[in-house]
Amino acid sequence: MNPIIIIGSGLAGYNTAKELRKLDTATPLLIIANDSSPFYSKPMLSNALTSKKTPEAIALNTPEQMATQLNATVRAHTRVDAIDTAAHTLRIGDETLAYSKLVLALGADQIRLQINGSGADNILTVNDLDDYARFRSTIAGKKRIAIIGAGLIGCEFANDLATGGYGVDIIDIAPQALGRLLPPEGGALLQARLAALGVQWHLGTSVQTVDRAENGYAVKLANGNVLRVDVVLSAVGLKPRTALAAAAGIQVKRGIVANRHLETSAPDVYTLGDCAEIEGLVMPYVMPIMHATRALAQTLAGKRTAVTFPAMPVMVKTPACPTIVSPPATGAAGTWQVEATADGVKSLFIAADGKLLGFALNGTATAERAKLAAQLPPVLA
Amino acid sequence: MTTELRIWECIVCGYVYNEAEGDPEHGIKAGTRWEDIPADWTCPECGVAKADFEMVLKAA
Repeated sequence: MNPIIIIGSGLAGYNTAKELRKLDTATPLLIIANDSSPFYSKPMLSNALTSKKTPEAIALNTPEQMATQLNATVRAHTRVDAIDTAAHTLRIGDETLAYSKLVLALGADQIRLQINGSGADNILTVNDLDDYARFRSTIAGKKRIAIIGAGLIGCEFANDLATGGYGVDIIDIAPQALGRLLPPEGGALLQARLAALGVQWHLGTSVQTVDRAENGYAVKLANGNVLRVDVVLSAVGLKPRTALAAAAGIQVKRGIVANRHLETSAPDVYTLGDCAEIEGLVMPYVMPIMHATRALAQTLAGKRTAVTFPAMPVMVKTPACPTIVSPPATGAAGTWQVEATADGVKSLFIAADGKLLGFALNGTATAERAKLAAQLPPVLA
Repeated sequence: MTTELRIWECIVCGYVYNEAEGDPEHGIKAGTRWEDIPADWTCPECGVAKADFEMVLKAA
């Protein structure tokens, strides 16, 4: 019998395998990934300094341990070159492998902005544990770090690096932190709390050039300021990895298109995680992945199962200002109602009929997460 | 038998459960031992069920 093949060894890939093994211990299982394939928690990368973890400590299991645990074969550092969906095969160099079912858990790439200058090629991104290990060795002994992007990952890194004793400059074209997730009052509290840790905000402006300078880099901003830093980190967002699927003729839009059964346009090919667009939704967070793995495992084990997504608030790991967001659906009609105190901001996105459609909680207001989450409509019923 | 309160960590998302603090928002009182948390409790940040909640003993 041909194996079930999972491409990708991130949380989506490995957790699909774990869930499958609870239902089916026998079907041959092959996991292929083009990185070193340890099992680790990606959300831990942006708060590892605060929790005093080394990159080595974040890697919980080696691929060999995962293979034993999952009764699977794990091929790390292996790049899949092409998929033939009609033949149910994939190609790795000269090798052809047949699958019974194929899972695309390819993840996403960090978006790279077009930035000029002699230091632009040295701008770092952190998208996996291998990147993170490089980042940590680069910042060791350094003092000042510029972060491009004040979204979720940028703010988390800003908090973590500042707590770890680094000077931080953070730059975003938006006028506030977490502009896509928080109304201005919430952004203001987060900015104030991080500023108290020493984070310098450069909002409403962009990076024009990054040039090598003595012992580091000169980052020139559109507003004319020049920042002198030791390291530049870019965290401006994720782009689902769709190229392998698109080349195989599988339908892609923003992500690899899947229905609520996580089926792509090709028979016996499934997708989930950061590369997927499930019923039009791209959700690069852990909770949607965990819901999807459980549904997909049922399907792979022979019981076709639809995924449902409840409201899934996202915790922003900024301990200086605890923040939890559950954004309204794209295009939802409503208005933000904001209650701000000195220590917290409660922002509720309310429809014309009074129903709660989303929220953003900062500081002391985060205590209301569970109560408010219970009032939200499901993301995919 | 140890009486000291412990700290656990979710291996999937990094959520920290501190027995001293509990998870009062979800009905788990401060001081609740890991073994006393109901089986239907899930990780508040990633949704992993307690049964699957391969917690790492962080501090004893």
